[in-house]
Amino acid sequence: MKVDLRINGQNRSADIEPRKSLLDVLRENFLLNGAHAGCEHGVCGACTVLVDGEPVRSCLMFAVQADGYEITTIEGLAPAPGELSVIQDAFCETHGLQCGYCTPGMILAAHALLQHTVTPSREEIVEAISGNICRCTGYGQIIEAVQFAADRLRIANTPRSVAPADEPVVEAK
Amino acid sequence: MTADPSTFRFVSTNRRVREDRRFVAGHGHFVADVALEGMLHVAVLPSQHPAARIVSIDASAALAMPGVHYVLTGDELAAATDPLMNGLDTPKVRRHPLAVGQTRYAGEWVVAVVADTRALAEDAAEKVDVSYELLPFVTNAEQALRPDSPPVHPAHGSNVLLDRTFVWGEVEKHFGESPRHLSFRVTWGRSSTVPIETFGVVASWDPWREMLDVWASIQMPKYPDQIARALRIPANGVRVHQDVDVGGSYGVKRGIKQTVLVAHLARRLGRPVRLIEDRLDNMAGGDAHGPDRIFDVEVAFNDDGIVKSMKMKALDNAGAYAGRAPFQLGKPIGAIVGPYRIESVQYRAQSVTTNKAVQEAVRGFGQAPTNYAIETAIDKVAAAVGLPRIEVRRRNFIRKEEFPYLIPSGSTYDSGDYHTVVDKVFAHIDFAAMEKERDRLRACGLLAGIGIAACLEPSGANSAFEPLLNEKNTTTTWMDSCRIVVDGLGFVTVTIHNTSSGQGHETLVSTVIGEVLQIDPDLIRVIRPDSLACLPSNSPVGSRMAIMLGGAAFHAAQKLKSKLIRIGAHQFCLNEDKIVYASGGLSAPNSDKRLGWSELVNIAHRHYHLLPEGMEPGLETTHVMQVPTGGTLPQDGRVQMYPCHSFEFHVVLMAIDPALGKPEIKRYVIGHDCGTVINPHIVRGMTLGGVAHGLGAALLEEFVYNDEGQLITQGFMDYLLPSAHEVPEVEIVHHCTPSPHTVFGQKGSGESGYLGAPAAISAAINDCVAALGISFNKLPIRISAIGDAIADAQQGKPQRQAT
Repeated sequence: MKVDLRINGQNRSADIEPRKSLLDVLRENFLLNGAHAGCEHGVCGACTVLVDGEPVRSCLMFAVQADGYEITTIEGLAPAPGELSVIQDAFCETHGLQCGYCTPGMILAAHALLQHTVTPSREEIVEAISGNICRCTGYGQIIEAVQFAADRLRIANTPRSVAPADEPVVEAK
Repeated sequence: MTADPSTFRFVSTNRRVREDRRFVAGHGHFVADVALEGMLHVAVLPSQHPAARIVSIDASAALAMPGVHYVLTGDELAAATDPLMNGLDTPKVRRHPLAVGQTRYAGEWVVAVVADTRALAEDAAEKVDVSYELLPFVTNAEQALRPDSPPVHPAHGSNVLLDRTFVWGEVEKHFGESPRHLSFRVTWGRSSTVPIETFGVVASWDPWREMLDVWASIQMPKYPDQIARALRIPANGVRVHQDVDVGGSYGVKRGIKQTVLVAHLARRLGRPVRLIEDRLDNMAGGDAHGPDRIFDVEVAFNDDGIVKSMKMKALDNAGAYAGRAPFQLGKPIGAIVGPYRIESVQYRAQSVTTNKAVQEAVRGFGQAPTNYAIETAIDKVAAAVGLPRIEVRRRNFIRKEEFPYLIPSGSTYDSGDYHTVVDKVFAHIDFAAMEKERDRLRACGLLAGIGIAACLEPSGANSAFEPLLNEKNTTTTWMDSCRIVVDGLGFVTVTIHNTSSGQGHETLVSTVIGEVLQIDPDLIRVIRPDSLACLPSNSPVGSRMAIMLGGAAFHAAQKLKSKLIRIGAHQFCLNEDKIVYASGGLSAPNSDKRLGWSELVNIAHRHYHLLPEGMEPGLETTHVMQVPTGGTLPQDGRVQMYPCHSFEFHVVLMAIDPALGKPEIKRYVIGHDCGTVINPHIVRGMTLGGVAHGLGAALLEEFVYNDEGQLITQGFMDYLLPSAHEVPEVEIVHHCTPSPHTVFGQKGSGESGYLGAPAAISAAINDCVAALGISFNKLPIRISAIGDAIADAQQGKPQRQAT
């Protein structure tokens, strides 16, 4: 069946089997390979994308269910080819990754957190990334990356572009 | 050591890891991203039974489905290919990618279905009708040893793959002389590295060029050779593309059976074929489990806690085929006494087949379980003589001045300063304050305890355990290589000859070459040619790449520098020792003679008439490096295993709420000495990740088979990987004892954390519950087991033993 999706700010459509997951459609139909299959049962988070700004497991969502939502993949975060977002750059600064397989999902989870939370505590960061399993790093440098990104975003007073309009940006408790 | 640390420009500095950029943008190049024109997809049908004779296979319904291209059986595949390599001399234990005649574990792949899409292939696999005749099975290693147990491979005659007893030194004499003995059993549950990316492979066969192209998520020594042998084609007809990013491995990504299966299909069908394991394929039938081991340990010591001798029996449950399991009993021989001056050792290594999935190499290659056994022994000695656990360790540690130190099993440890590392860690944590905190937690009604563990990380992998366990194997080299090419415009391109799975090899070689040539590492391009254009490599196993690839890069850069100096000396009409090399240019002291990088490049590439006589034009150097200290065959059951020996020392403060049984790590500190660090970010990441991985093995992860021989932890809901909630903040205390065998004094660090964390966490839990008169002697120690044991103890019931 035909599905109309809005992905990284662009309208995309495809003719797909209804049983096809959003993950498979992103990868196979739109060649957006940044979302990865890890467990395909909703635990590891490697397939994380943002749906209306919130992290979602694209392996558990049918593509047809995503019709009408704003989907953001890792490919939608870099401001220009070869140019990194603040959060992506922070992961490079602290080496918050090794093999890179969980990284897109991890960065999207962090991105969603920092849209809402200007000064996240360590506990809030841990909670935000706890649905994303990283087998390489032990999370230490990932948490540092998110803290570092939060600091830089705060100092730069960067607008939180994809924050839902009806939700105010709040300071951490 | 040939470089002076005080002059490092790039080595040991906090430079970014160059690989990271592509991954944070989602532009890694993983095997599942490889999509070839006309590519077909494979799904596999696993055996439902732990042991069964395959009576018949009816694929007609599957083949009748539109879009289904082929159904492959084990018989066809076995006729067309040779059995997979088995490193032991056990010719009757044959392993094929698909079961032949009978299945040997629940989850073993029986049939492969090829279709236009993976989903369609899965649908069709459900329509394949296999009828089985059930056979008796065994999953318990001790039962498998018994002569009356069902043999997993009847032709082999028993389940014993390996049963070898080594005696190094005067064990019986030392036991006789020692006033005190103790013995115990500990068990290491079957877990693995379980990367988030499963194994995947794409193969394409070109009959006109007679070339097999392979893209795979692989970390495997001799991978192209093994493919060629199994498929009975020339090795120069196998081209493995090494530019595939591997989504985690830590040892296990050795999908040779998957590759042979897919390569055969690609040849048979004349189309590119891809198999990407799903999580269930991977967990149940991907043949990527880890050690599953029972240790019976006996130590002889005196009233001062000095351990004189040790007898260790390690019985490993290999699973249905040999895989790499037996050799993972061999590698720990290279550090069989840990960091201790134990004078003699008897070591019995037993590997048995059972009806469980096959093991692969797991981080540390058997060392983490062995360290768990050794560290448990030291804790028990301390308890027996009534001394603090750290005091007994200090008394038994090899002392700094004793290096190089020959251990009874034939390896010489290169260097170390264990006492200083321990002192630094204790100073960092204020151990007395930690003990007070433990007492405060106890006063609050919690069970609290401290665990400590020391361990060695042998690094710079050799394959010396292979000839040690199999006399027919006479391999004495395990080289790695690097090539540097400076093009006609002066740009530097370096080739490395393996895949990487997060270890940062591109950063490693560019840092090393930048250091030697005194040029900006960021300007150096690092590429990975396909395997036919590669120099010899044995892949990143056994914490070897800082030593071996770093060493090869260093020597290749030195050769390049020498060539530039020769060119300069020729222009200046001076001896080479009169030439000064700095930042890519040459000068002669007390003269105005200068040659810059671009001038030197120009001479090498274009001005043959200016080159010294006999010099080859162009600028290209290679170095193939032999493992330091390697090169000799074992003698009398002794061998130099790995060249370098890193050291780590873990301290864990743990608290358990007795009502919940949930262990909570209050503080985790690790002292770490891997010699000179080349990139601090990478070493730190390896250490933190290793601790997390060790925490999983200690508390959460296990491939559990039930009484019916079925794997019951086959997804991430049951096989629990540590999340950010479970992994504590880990403090690292660094120390640097350079290795004399390496170019910068570096040692390996890829296994650090994992090798000691399970021992330390286990010790902390046992310290927590000691007051209740209970202890845990099997990993993982799950919350449920802790809760049950505490409840039983509080009600005065005896402790149930884990099985």
